[in-house]
Order: sequence, then C-alpha cells, then structure tokens
Amino acid sequence: MIEMQGVTKKYPNGVTALSGVDVTIKQGEFVYIVGPSGAGKSTFIKLIYREEKPSEGNVIVGGISIVGLRQRSIPTLRRQVGVVFQDFKLLPLLNVYENVAFALEVIEVEPAVIYKQVMEVLDLVGLKHKARMLPTELSGGEQQRIAIARSIVNNPKVVIADEPTGNLDPDTSWDIMRLFETINERGTTIVMATHNKEIVNTIRRRVIAIENGRIARDEQRGDYGYEA
Amino acid sequence: MNSGVITAMKPRTFRRHFRESFKNLRRNGWMTFAAVSAVTVTLLLTGVFLVIMLNLNKVATDIENDVEVRVHIKLLAEEKDKEQLRMQIESLPEVESVDYSSKEEELQNMIKDMGSDFSLFEQSNPLYDVFIVKTVRPQDTPNAARKIEQFEYTETAVYGEEKVENLFSFMKTARNIGVVLVAGLLFTAMFLISNTIKITIFARRKEIEIMKLVGATNGFIRWPFLLEGLWIGLLGSLIPIGAISVGYYYAEQALSARLSAHFIEFIGYLPLVLPVTGLLLIIAIFIGIWGSFISVRRFLNV
Repeated sequence: MIEMQGVTKKYPNGVTALSGVDVTIKQGEFVYIVGPSGAGKSTFIKLIYREEKPSEGNVIVGGISIVGLRQRSIPTLRRQVGVVFQDFKLLPLLNVYENVAFALEVIEVEPAVIYKQVMEVLDLVGLKHKARMLPTELSGGEQQRIAIARSIVNNPKVVIADEPTGNLDPDTSWDIMRLFETINERGTTIVMATHNKEIVNTIRRRVIAIENGRIARDEQRGDYGYEA
Repeated sequence: MNSGVITAMKPRTFRRHFRESFKNLRRNGWMTFAAVSAVTVTLLLTGVFLVIMLNLNKVATDIENDVEVRVHIKLLAEEKDKEQLRMQIESLPEVESVDYSSKEEELQNMIKDMGSDFSLFEQSNPLYDVFIVKTVRPQDTPNAARKIEQFEYTETAVYGEEKVENLFSFMKTARNIGVVLVAGLLFTAMFLISNTIKITIFARRKEIEIMKLVGATNGFIRWPFLLEGLWIGLLGSLIPIGAISVGYYYAEQALSARLSAHFIEFIGYLPLVLPVTGLLLIIAIFIGIWGSFISVRRFLNV
C-alpha cells in the first residue's frame, strides 16, 4: 500500500529530516511511527500525502509513484489518503455536518449520497446528534472525532494521523484510539505518528521507530521503547 | 474509490459554488462589509469625478465650437468681389463652413440681443456685411483669421483673440489633469479593493489549506472565491450607481435652470448616467473578480 525506497529528505535550510528510509506498509496494517521530537516523524507522514517531496528516493502509494506526481494530480492522491492532525483542522464557520460533507462535495458526490454517507460516519464516531453544532461548541475529543469522520467519509484506503491524541486528555485519547481500531478493522490502513507511550504499549501494533532520520527499529507488535 | 481523472464541472457543482459563495459572504460578514465598503467609496469617488469631468469637457467643447471668425467685408466690395472673397476663404484647408450675413441681418440680430434702442441705427446702418467662418478644428481659428486678413476685400477678421487662445490652453491643461486624475483614482480603487479582498482571503487561508488536504482541485477552491468577488463588486457598485443616478437627476435640473442663461448646457440625464453607471458596473465586476483571482492564486500555489 505504502512503499518508501531509499527516501532522503533534506529541507532547504540544510536540515536532513530523513535519510535512506526503506519501508513497506501493507494494506490493512496499523502502524505506529514513534521516536524523539525532531527525529523525522512528521516528515515521514507528510511524504505520504505529498505535502513534501523526497529529495531522493521514491514514495509509492496505492501502486502509484507520487514523487513525479503533477500538481494537478495531487487532489486525486489526497482523495485516497485521509489525514488527521493534532489540531483537528476543522473549518470553524461550518457546522459538524458541513465539515464532514465537505470532503465529499469536493469530489462531486451526489447530494443524496453525501447525506447518507455523512450520517453513517457521524453515527460511527457517535456524534450524529450534534450534526448541526459548530466545532467550537464541541470538546476537543469530539472535534477530533469529527476530523476522523471527515478523513474516512470517502472511504480512503489509508488514514494518516499526526499525533491525533496530542491535544487530548487520557480518557478521550482512549476513545479516539478505539475509533481508529474500528476503522482499521474495516480494512483501512492506519499510519499514526505518536508520543503516547501508554497507548503504543497497550494497543500492540507494528512500531516503526525513527531516530536521526533513520529507521532504528521496525517490530510487529512492538512497544514504545522510550521513556515517556 | 474516487480515483482517476478529474472531470469537467457538473451543473450541480456550479450550483454548489453559487450557493457557497453566498454563504461565505454571510459567514465572513465583517470582511464582506469591509470589501464592499472599499468598493463603494472608491467607485463613488470615481463616479462623481467622472460626472464632473465629462460635463466640464462638454462645456469646454461647446465653447470651443462656438468660436468663429467674423470677417467684415469692405464696404466698397461689389457682389462679385464678395463672391471672390467667399471662394478664397473656402479654399483655406482649415475652413469648414462660410455663412453670409448682410448688415441688415446683423442689425436685426443686434436689436434682438441688445434691445430696441439699437433700432435707431436702422436709419443709417453702421455695420458691415460679414462672413461667419467656422474652422474644422477650433484651435485653427487664429491661423485662419490671420490668413483671411490678407485677402483683398477683408476689412478685418475678428475672433475674440486673446480670450480664445487663453481658453484653448486652459482647456488643454484641464483635460490632461482630468485624465491623469481619473486614471489615478481608478488605479487607487483597484489597488485598495484588491488589497481588501486579499486580506479577507488571507484570513481564510486555513480554509484553503483544508480544502487542499481533502483533495479539492484548485478550480474547485477558486470558483466560490471568484463568485464572491463578483458579488462584492456588484454590492459595492449599488450605492455609487444609485447615488449618481438620483444625484445627477437633481443636479442637472437645478444647475441647468440656473446656468442656461449663460449658454452653458450640461450633458442630458440618460446620455450621461447610462455610460457612467455602465462603466462603474464593469469596473466593479472586473475589480471584484480580478482581486479574488490574484489573491486566491497566491494561496493555491503553495
């Protein structure tokens, strides 16, 4: 599903975020990306949805090399990759329903279908009853669930999450993790960068540790491996 | 899976953009207000200034066109001499028309203009027969007059000499200043409005970023903004167009009543208001769309 071949990323300011990374992530996997701050986790994530381009090497998503992707083809890639962020990135002036429906509107889905699919995912994340509320009227955990609903509403093959529980309290974090597990059980690949030791050590999945821009460790059912 | 080519816009999508642009105007209420106000103020200034400029120009042209050379014909000239003089005048390249007016006609005109006191002169008419000469271009009047003076049967050729020459140079300067001012005003308007729109869009760059994240094409993102710019332009043109339509109606009536005694005539209501408001409308639409286009483009190409 996702393949990185000899990927190196140097930023214009001279920082080398990743060097010589080789990774294969299969369809349906659940992968944690862990490592110290500044080790290259975020860069790793950004390469997958083509927010960044590698300086060297190749990134393949869904069988297509996205390195040489033309500007106008990027939207097509983004529609196959759902993204979730630490700061939710919801549109504050749109209500919950509109925020989620947005991801379908941009790909010109019929209104009747949009309604059905949005209501389905809102039901899945447990916020169907708050569809008409604005994001600012919801708690952090609820906002993150909206963001997750938006990321999966068009049934992408992969959901990428960058510190999705970073802004949430422990209880809420567990709720969010259960949601990701549910999504993963439906066959969606999940790649999650996280600092949350407890979660990684409890919900045991594949762990890829990045240190100084290199893959230091890649274990099935691994543990966090760092002191929190 | 929604992969593959991104197809041309469906009518439904266009309706969505349409709806979305209106919603955005409402959601960004204050920004909309700021942008609309900028359009309103600048267009109002531009419009009022245009109205004044066009009318000054009209009055100036009228005055210029009234300039004529009065050729006094020597008293001794016979019918055939007059005919010869007329031919000489007509052969000048600057001359457009030559009209004859006998001294009796001249006197009647004078009596009409100045009052019946002048009817005393009916006994012994002191006036000349005249040719009234109009030049093709008003500026050529002095030249033509000078040449006509040389002709055998010309007594004098008068055209209000210095007054006319001063008027011409004044009008030329006034027109040039007017053109520069209108151009400057329009440029300022464009700059101010596109900047205001840029600020409103800058406030929404996060929105654009999120649209891109969920896979919106650049065209899809751009459309509602362009329509929004169009509405802002149109809304902003309402007050200036209304003010000029109503204002000129009353101004023209009030001023032309007072000034018609001085032979000054303003441009009629419709001949002025239609082109001016039309121009304002076009400027508003153009500025609105162009301002949005420039601003969105900056945030799309990241």
